Amino acid sequence: MTAKTRALVLLGAAALSATSVAQELTVAAAADLSSALTELAANYQKQTGTRVRLAFGSSGNLTQQIKNGAPFDLFFSADEDYPKQLMEERLAEQDSFYRYAVGRLILWVLKSSSLDIEHRGLKVLLDASVKKIAIANPQHAPYGRAAVAALRHFQLFDKVADRLVLGENVSQAAQFVESGNAQVGLIALSPALEPSMRGSGRYWEVPSDAYPELDQAAVLLSRSQHKGEAAAFLGYMKMPEAQAILRGYGFWLPEEKH
Amino acid sequence: MDWQAFWLTIRLAVLVAAVLVVIGLPIAYWITYSRWRWKFLAEAVVALPIVIPPTVLGFYVLLALGPRSPLGRWWEALTGHSLAFTFEGLVIGSILYSLPFAVQPFAASFSAVDSKLIAASATLGASRTKTFFRVILPLSISGLVTGVALSFAHTMGEFGVVLMVGGNIPGVTRTVSIDIYDQVQMSNYGGANQTALVLVWIAFVVLSLVYALNRRIWAIWPWK
Repeated sequence: MTAKTRALVLLGAAALSATSVAQELTVAAAADLSSALTELAANYQKQTGTRVRLAFGSSGNLTQQIKNGAPFDLFFSADEDYPKQLMEERLAEQDSFYRYAVGRLILWVLKSSSLDIEHRGLKVLLDASVKKIAIANPQHAPYGRAAVAALRHFQLFDKVADRLVLGENVSQAAQFVESGNAQVGLIALSPALEPSMRGSGRYWEVPSDAYPELDQAAVLLSRSQHKGEAAAFLGYMKMPEAQAILRGYGFWLPEEKH
Repeated sequence: MDWQAFWLTIRLAVLVAAVLVVIGLPIAYWITYSRWRWKFLAEAVVALPIVIPPTVLGFYVLLALGPRSPLGRWWEALTGHSLAFTFEGLVIGSILYSLPFAVQPFAASFSAVDSKLIAASATLGASRTKTFFRVILPLSISGLVTGVALSFAHTMGEFGVVLMVGGNIPGVTRTVSIDIYDQVQMSNYGGANQTALVLVWIAFVVLSLVYALNRRIWAIWPWK
């Protein structure tokens, strides 16, 4: 981001916060963003006075809601396809498409687990003690698709297919592991780094060449009544401060080599 | 069309309705005839699943079935596998979820039975069990049928609890409502519509049969 755009963003934000009416944005976001975006929204509100309301869900579900008139201003998907779909249907602004992060897939177990994921990686899935493997539903959750791709990459899919349990999104897949009902999960790194989960689990990162890149993109929605504020928030996401928060919650930045 | 999901859902609903007759009748009997002064507390507990959001109920069922709870550990020691993500797990969740829909109609119809008839039966020397099967239950048939039909229907359409404890396994925990949800997620509206239509028809036919039977059941009642 250039100094000029940065100044513009701050100026726009300052102008908004100067108005007496409290500004409000409603943002729909993929479940893997829940901690990162909550912190970003709080910081943004502190700096600009704009209140950012967050609605989390699976990207597929949120896309359906947007198609059916959900009153969101911005949509942060866990992939690129859903935002592109919305742009094709003219439900999202063509020039607003912004790749804000790249997701990371991990193998996650509870701290108390005896599985040696650090050394054996995905091979632990063949252990007899692994009775259930939690993933997000590959039919509509990008991380679910990435998990299936990684299993196929390591030629494990056919051997473990009958032990897969599907969460509605990555957070639910993580919950299946956290409650002890599934022994391992193939989930996003971000929920594993959430404050509530950080203490309870261990992870092994799946090599990024084992699954198609999880580029995550955001778009401004055509039906938004607050396009100026929405664009300003997207601008904030491009600032180093916001990018550091995203990185801290387990995302790569799009330009990063990995 | 995922017929496996239909078959699974019907099996689940029939089984849950049957279990609820077995455990719902004694609970309703106790609620109706107990003189315990705190019984309103029990009534409130039975009605709780109506108030608790299904996903919340499902979440606690998930925790209760898991290896961190005594129940989950006991089951695992007994059978060697966990209850979550199994058909049995769904049955347990659904019984809790539909309990008030069986117990409340049962209890309502019991309390509508004229107490003079019960007293007469007792003075004629009938035991409590005999009075129950020969006086109370025959006079409560419509409540019984309503309770069975409601718990069947409620389980057929159940979504939140199954979503939380099922894990969406084809043939084991993927019910029709989950299947419809998945199809909507994939923008397959045509498939979702078809499945929903079949679900509505099945539910309509079964409920019609039950209510039709309700009028005729006297003819086949075994304890006349």
